[in-house]
Amino acid sequence: MLAYIGRRALLALFTVWAISVLSFAIIQLPPGDYVTSYIAQMASSGSVVTEEEAQNLRIQYGLGQPIYVQYLKWMNLIVRGNFGMSMEWRRPVAEVIGERLWLTVVVSVAALILTWVLALPIGIYSAVRQYSPGDYAATFVGFIGLAVPNFLLALVLLYLGFVLFNAHIGGLFSPELQDAPWSTARVVDLLKHLPVPALILGLAGTAQQVRIMRANLLDELRKPYVVTARSKGLSELRVLLKYPVRLALNPFASTIGYTLPYIVSGSIIVSLVLGLPTVGPLLLKALIAQDMFLAGTIVLLLGLMTVIGTLISDIVLVWIDPRIRLEET
Amino acid sequence: MATTPDAVLEPAGAPPVPDARSVTDARIFVASQWQLMWWRFRRHKVAVASAVVVLGFYLVVVGADFLAYADPDASEAQRSLMPPQRVYLLDGWRFAPYVHGVKGVRDPNTFKRVYRPDPSQKVPLRFFAQGFEYRFLGLIPATRHLIGVDGGDAEKRIFLLGTDVQGRDLWSRLMYGTRISLTIGLIGVSLSLVLGVVLGGLSGFYGGVIDTLIQRTIEILRSIPTIPLWMGLAAAMPRDWTILQVYFAITLIISLLGWTDLARVVRGRFLAMREEDFVVSARLVGCTRTRTIFVHMVPSFMSHIIAATTLALPAMIISETALSFLGLGLRPPAISWGVLLQQAQNVQTVAISPWLMLPAVPVIVAVMAFNFLGDGLRDAADPYGR
Repeated sequence: MLAYIGRRALLALFTVWAISVLSFAIIQLPPGDYVTSYIAQMASSGSVVTEEEAQNLRIQYGLGQPIYVQYLKWMNLIVRGNFGMSMEWRRPVAEVIGERLWLTVVVSVAALILTWVLALPIGIYSAVRQYSPGDYAATFVGFIGLAVPNFLLALVLLYLGFVLFNAHIGGLFSPELQDAPWSTARVVDLLKHLPVPALILGLAGTAQQVRIMRANLLDELRKPYVVTARSKGLSELRVLLKYPVRLALNPFASTIGYTLPYIVSGSIIVSLVLGLPTVGPLLLKALIAQDMFLAGTIVLLLGLMTVIGTLISDIVLVWIDPRIRLEET
Repeated sequence: MATTPDAVLEPAGAPPVPDARSVTDARIFVASQWQLMWWRFRRHKVAVASAVVVLGFYLVVVGADFLAYADPDASEAQRSLMPPQRVYLLDGWRFAPYVHGVKGVRDPNTFKRVYRPDPSQKVPLRFFAQGFEYRFLGLIPATRHLIGVDGGDAEKRIFLLGTDVQGRDLWSRLMYGTRISLTIGLIGVSLSLVLGVVLGGLSGFYGGVIDTLIQRTIEILRSIPTIPLWMGLAAAMPRDWTILQVYFAITLIISLLGWTDLARVVRGRFLAMREEDFVVSARLVGCTRTRTIFVHMVPSFMSHIIAATTLALPAMIISETALSFLGLGLRPPAISWGVLLQQAQNVQTVAISPWLMLPAVPVIVAVMAFNFLGDGLRDAADPYGR
């Protein structure tokens, strides 16, 4: 088990490295370097950057040096928690991102949990009552979930909420609590707003997991050991949960790792449509304004968050299901 | 696979062949692989229906200019945000489709422009009517369109799906949008296919270090949230690029996303086939490696590749739509489904003019059709199994 976790951790480390390189590439891609755009930005607002200041900035970021030196310097700053300055906001990047990153985590984790909570019972039901109206309904909703891109789903729900109930279903907080400091009331408010975005983000993943669970369980249910368990007089529910469901969980679990990156990706666009205060809208604004330190940092942090989340879910699953341990090591 | 017909001759556990069926069975024994696949595919009704839908979409791609009846870029402030028109098919008892003329008036209370159909005015629809000039298939100059109205007088126009803020006809724009959105998917998927077949093939054929390296790369790529990454790459495109340059850049970006699944399929087939008799014999008679791969192995799993490619298309279409929707992909004056949906970003706008959401319909239908078609093809791809 340790060897397995060790290997996953090593792969995660590599992934983080790959993400950092790609984020750095995003920062480097637009023409001109950070300091020239910084000076231009400052000049447009009337303040002047002295030659000395510019020189200091250039040295700090290693501009003019080979690209890998610049990358290492950037990594060095990041490890110390200095993400650079956001040009558009004229504040440190860490400050601009602040709470939004945590709200992104909250929304993504909520969607992930919802995916598991919904997919498991629906998948089991669909398999046990194969070809029942419930099964057909689940399959139908599942196909819709897979075919409708989540930002379109968000758009349609927003429209329906507006037209039918005259209610705005977007946002994560009520207007009066938008900028309030954290309190019990604000947490409760957040929990009230969470289901809609979580459902939109989780629907496609849920649909996929239901299909996987249903197929696996159908395979297991036809095996002789189920008949044996039944003939020994176990109750139907016990027969089901004790053996076939546990076995069907294995392939189900190994695909869950890919759900989180998908949800995080989706949260960016859905946040824009629903007006959620996550890093999504910030990233889009930063990209359009070519505020590259902010954009690069957001991409890096989102990647990091996803990798950590996937690693945690991997470890939890190994711990729950001993069969993964045996198979993979 | 084509060289191992035992699987057909002796289906595991099949009952003895009854007389009445022996004729069809004889047909099965001599059928080619592609014929068997076609028979199996035909049984999957939803997939066949989806194939028709997909074919229809590509007919729109080819004949977009013929199906559109208005210049997609012609804007007119007087016709901003017109709702879809009702088409009357019968005039009395005769089949003669017509629409009512429309009068634009200002609402005296809100000062908003509203449109009222004018029942006294009948605007007949003509088939194969004269319209704006275009080049059919990019070559043949033509002016005929599927439908249209006589004259093209300002008051007598058709707006089947209404107009957008700038007064451009949504139906015609949708036709052109379909052309761009679907070709982007197709070109993107071809690039992915090249990447997937080369890398998956290397991985499966050589194994060892190369295999591990490529497999880890795929795993890493799949555990990264891709949309922020593609957004970053797309935003780095210089602003002064032409539509064509942006088009190819976007295609390249989204194709970098789709190759991993294809590579997995190809690798799996290579692994399964490496030890097959016909591959071993090809090697033994002295075929070069390239010849073994391209003459003997690739044709036998071509069907799997086609199925996997079809299944990769929806992701491409959604990526392009999402990027353009955000304003990072194709930009106006280019027209794609995503560009059209950009106008529906704002709830207030959509609440007043819900028809602006209509471009979502072809997106959803296309994604579903490609998914079902891909499923059917995947099942048919291996006609000797089960």
